[in-house]
Amino acid sequence: MKMRRVAVVGAGMTKFVRRALETADELSWQATRMALDSCGLTLDDIDAVASGTAPDAFDGVHMNSEYLCPGSGGWNKPFIRCYVGGGTGVMAVIHGWYHVASGLFDTCLVVCEEKMSSCQPHPQGAFLTIFDHTLERPLGPNLLWIFAMEMNAYMQRYGLSHRDIALVTVKNRQNAKDHPCALLGEDITVDDVLNSEVMAWPVRRLDVSPISDGAVAIVLAAEKVAHRITDKPVWIEGVGWSLETAYWTNRDLSYPQQVEEAARMAYQMAGITEPRKQIHIVEPYDPFDYKELHHLEGLLLADKGKAPEMTALGITRRDGDLPVCPSGGLLGVGNPIAAAGLMKVAELFWQLRGEAGARQVPGNPKRGLAQAWGDLMQVGTVVILGVA
Amino acid sequence: MTERVAIVGAGWYGFQSITPEVSYKEMMYEAAVRAYHDAGIDPRRDVDSFVTVAEDFNEGTSIFDEYTPDQMGGILRPNETIPGEGLHGLITAYMQIKTGLIRVAVVEAHSKVSNILHPAHILAYAMDPIYNRPLGLHPYFIAGLEMQRYLFETGTTLEQCAQVVVKNRQNALLNPLAAYPAELSLADVLDAEPVAEPLTRLMVAPPADGCVVLVLAAEEVARSLTDTPIWIQGVGWANGSYSLENRDWVELDYVRQAAELAYRTAGIRYPRGSIDFAEIDDAFAYKELQHLEALSLCRPGEAGPLTVEGATSLEGDLPVNPSGGSLGCGHLLDASGLARALEVVRQLRGEAGAHQLPDVEVGLAMGWRGVPTTSAAVVILARED
Repeated sequence: MKMRRVAVVGAGMTKFVRRALETADELSWQATRMALDSCGLTLDDIDAVASGTAPDAFDGVHMNSEYLCPGSGGWNKPFIRCYVGGGTGVMAVIHGWYHVASGLFDTCLVVCEEKMSSCQPHPQGAFLTIFDHTLERPLGPNLLWIFAMEMNAYMQRYGLSHRDIALVTVKNRQNAKDHPCALLGEDITVDDVLNSEVMAWPVRRLDVSPISDGAVAIVLAAEKVAHRITDKPVWIEGVGWSLETAYWTNRDLSYPQQVEEAARMAYQMAGITEPRKQIHIVEPYDPFDYKELHHLEGLLLADKGKAPEMTALGITRRDGDLPVCPSGGLLGVGNPIAAAGLMKVAELFWQLRGEAGARQVPGNPKRGLAQAWGDLMQVGTVVILGVA
Repeated sequence: MTERVAIVGAGWYGFQSITPEVSYKEMMYEAAVRAYHDAGIDPRRDVDSFVTVAEDFNEGTSIFDEYTPDQMGGILRPNETIPGEGLHGLITAYMQIKTGLIRVAVVEAHSKVSNILHPAHILAYAMDPIYNRPLGLHPYFIAGLEMQRYLFETGTTLEQCAQVVVKNRQNALLNPLAAYPAELSLADVLDAEPVAEPLTRLMVAPPADGCVVLVLAAEEVARSLTDTPIWIQGVGWANGSYSLENRDWVELDYVRQAAELAYRTAGIRYPRGSIDFAEIDDAFAYKELQHLEALSLCRPGEAGPLTVEGATSLEGDLPVNPSGGSLGCGHLLDASGLARALEVVRQLRGEAGAHQLPDVEVGLAMGWRGVPTTSAAVVILARED
């Protein structure tokens, strides 16, 4: 059966900042407004709204999507929020995709927001409640601990040094210098990363993306409508998502199998048989520097344990053979969780249309992949965008 | 994208006021196994997508979707969580199948409300954090205000609202799934202690634990699995104003829009002539009446008199909540709408037992996310093609 084609036709994002003065709802509206303006539409042209935001504990609002609904343009419209932890930002695009691909709607707005600064004294406190209430929570764990275990497993398995991994932070923060919405665009060195304070060994402060506030929105349209809205629609060619067991302690943490499952699903839908040749830009999820490497391997874009080498050779630079996180990623632009995932899809939209300005990847890229990840190192979400 | 979608399996656990014998995971497992057995499928082999419905604060766990795949049989497969009404989850699974990418999808929603010490305390966190929460009011005051306005605008009486409670809890006597069957009199309901004027304690659906799992399949698969697929003919959902200050307190525009979308997708022009029975949200007794009117199943102000005349009883012209609704079955938080859909499926299959309605072809299920939201969803199910 032939699937209905769906295109991204507009995108908007707020600055990613440490502490936004706007409410979560206002941030959503700013992004929504920019996305609509970017393609010359108004809310009257929007049939449905797909929303994404990560734990309610950040905003401290129960049924948070109801609170975010007016700002997301969902007033008097079909409105559903989807949710898979850190994978939400890319899942929301999949969520919007099936609103249109199902044939129910011709246009759908996808809005993701995160306001982490409301969570006092620190958002890590909210993460305490993501752990199993009987087995894990009594230990008082946080995300840095478990990611430190994963990073260590990855380093041990392939004999990697921290120096190999720190290059990712250096690259992404440098890329972010060209992003007008970025929180941490700057030139740093590998030694800066290695000398920053230890958070949970081996993770150091500069291995980690910052907590941030921000919102991103994109507009999706069915084929015939998309052509009326823009001359440069960017097509959603493949989607995939996969969730691993909650029992992360029983898993091999050196490889993100769930990301591979999601990628294979998306490649199959997009008819991609040789991803390393057919994908021109990658925006993998990089909340920690080692995660970019981990995910390149899970996406089958690097051999297992070889992504650090690709990085060292400069292949993943913006002007390299396979540009990775040309936006600056979460490490450079910031990490308002759900919004950060959607930012990656927005970046592909701008790159594939040749509208990324100083960040533009050379060589007229035709196809890009965005990926997010999260929960208890458990979920993989993948979207492939392309221009004909 | 043109293929039709059917419900081919149904499973549940409960509904009970407390469930000390199972954890939420065990409850989900029990309901899922029942649904898979009913559909004749193996989740590890046959299911392409798992959709669960949950809210973090109700679960007491942030990023709750982490704890869904194991007991559903969904490990390393597409899973997502919808923090919405159970019917939003059903609609999500329906949309996924309509794309052609997914052939079989499962939707799950549950309530383990007995784990929550003070549900109203949690609900208070759903109030606008700047304008409303500082008032420190019990969230049911919104229902009291809305009920007062509804009675004033439509001329509906307290007795008519109380009749909804009497009917639904009586219907529940015939439904083994129901947690709160009772033989009540109008006086019992009217004289119960006030909760938020004019709501009395018995006009509020009491909370219950339970889980519902439904299996959905694309037409070709559905026909290979069962002789009695229940077709999803129409779906609709909408949100109104979140703000208490600028919502329309009389017109439930969001229910009306959700219903219009559902009728349009189902190709229904005259709802009252096409719908044989309805399972609709009755979190508060007056809501059943208000929702009937917003669903265009009767005119504004008519629902109360129709209820007193018996038109919405099991023997009536338009049976409403034959299961007992949330008043009789217990309110299952966001699983309530899926429990309504479960009853519609069982009625259309002719498996409802003692409260089976004769000759029903088309049924409507409607869910509302409760105070303080303006979020509703409608699904229209049918037995025949």
